[in-house]
Amino acid sequence: MAIKEIPTEECYMPGSAACPGCPATMALRIVFKAIGKKMMMIVPACCTAVIESMHPNTSFNIPTMNIAFEAAAAGASGVEAGLRKQGKDDITVVAWAGDGGTYDIGIQALSGALERNTNFIYICYNNQIYSNTGIQRSGATPYAAWTTTTVGGKTEYRKEMGEIIQAHHIPYAAQACISYPEDLYKKIRKAKQMKGPKYIEIMAPCPPGWRFGMERTVEMGTLSVETGAWALYEFENDEIKFNGISKLLLEEKIKPKPIEDWIKLQGRFRHLFIPKKDVKKLQEIQDHTNQIWERYRKCYL
Amino acid sequence: MKKYKVKTTISYPKKGATGKTGNWRVFRPILDKEKCVKCLRCWIFCPEATVIRNKDNSIDIDYDYCKGCGICANVCKIKAITMKRESMDK
Ligand SMILES: Cc1ncc(C[n+]2csc(CCOP(=O)(O)OP(=O)(O)O)c2C)c(N)n1
Ligand code: SF4
Ligand code: SF4
Ligand code: SF4
Repeated sequence: MAIKEIPTEECYMPGSAACPGCPATMALRIVFKAIGKKMMMIVPACCTAVIESMHPNTSFNIPTMNIAFEAAAAGASGVEAGLRKQGKDDITVVAWAGDGGTYDIGIQALSGALERNTNFIYICYNNQIYSNTGIQRSGATPYAAWTTTTVGGKTEYRKEMGEIIQAHHIPYAAQACISYPEDLYKKIRKAKQMKGPKYIEIMAPCPPGWRFGMERTVEMGTLSVETGAWALYEFENDEIKFNGISKLLLEEKIKPKPIEDWIKLQGRFRHLFIPKKDVKKLQEIQDHTNQIWERYRKCYL
Repeated sequence: MKKYKVKTTISYPKKGATGKTGNWRVFRPILDKEKCVKCLRCWIFCPEATVIRNKDNSIDIDYDYCKGCGICANVCKIKAITMKRESMDK
């Protein structure tokens, strides 16, 4: 698929409250293009609720409902039931939440909705932090990353949300990244055609949160995939298929770039390089990444 | 536009809901139409939807709202977009 095949119509209206270089609006544009106007979006507390901009205006030309931080999937379940009762079966219900609202506080509502077989798409844009409230750690924050609540670096590894989702054996789940818009578009289109619960997670590098220059958002996403810090895959009928660069990495057809190539560009890892390079910790991170891929190979090859 | 009479807070879609965000800009993307090969990378990656895609896949930039992030210039493989500092005398 070529970029020019992605529809021109925009439901994201310029002039929002998003930071310059925001990965969330980048991804939202693709989601709106892939699903079209016949959708209803549920947004919990997160950056996106701010990006929508202030009453009486909104930057989203899509019916959107804001709801409490923990309640994205619960809200979506209600909206889906309401639409079903009215016989409106041509409207795609989309819950759109951050990693805090997904990995942490929203996980029980999400798990419940998946278990109840709710017909909706849950999309998590994963910027690996609580960015809206000023960069606190989440369950998605990687090991050693600085946040305002992990000064000196996070001491735990991030959780594998993808595998928690897979344990629900839903019809479709996928991991994507803002740097691969055609791939993201295809995954959303596919989810839209299917019945039942669908989950898509999008890697979303955040310039102020990760401390990199706002012109480098796309680059930072590409590197997350090329170094193996993030994997692109689809999970369908209980079968997992890696795709794009991640497939080549899984099959060892190419070598991953050193994880250092990705983290050295992010100010949140600065303490690993200044005043002195922390070779031991960098090796630890590399070893952990290698271990994850070894496990992927054992399970999915 | 259809307005709804229900007792809850409703916002309506508007371009520039946070104002003319073009005045956030420090650097301005300048497009060289001669160089551009219409690959649309800048269009798909612009976080603000301010790279406008025309019918013939040529592009223009909406300076009223472009926040000057520089992503368009960064993703353009042939460097048809360059970032220039906004002049003080505007
Ligand atoms: C119950 C509750 N606790 C805390 C908050 C404050 N709060 C609003 S948004 C947010 C963080 C959201 O983080 P995430 O879901 O990762 O989205 P992001 O801001 O990164 O886009 C927090 C803690 C809240 N609104 N409700
Ligand atoms: S903090 Fe990050 S995710 Fe939030 S609006 Fe800014 S760039 Fe986007
Ligand atoms: S500088 Fe940023 S906001 Fe402006 S047109 Fe380029 S990508 Fe879009
Ligand atoms: S990325 Fe460069 S070549 Fe491609 S459409 Fe934009 S300006 Fe033209």
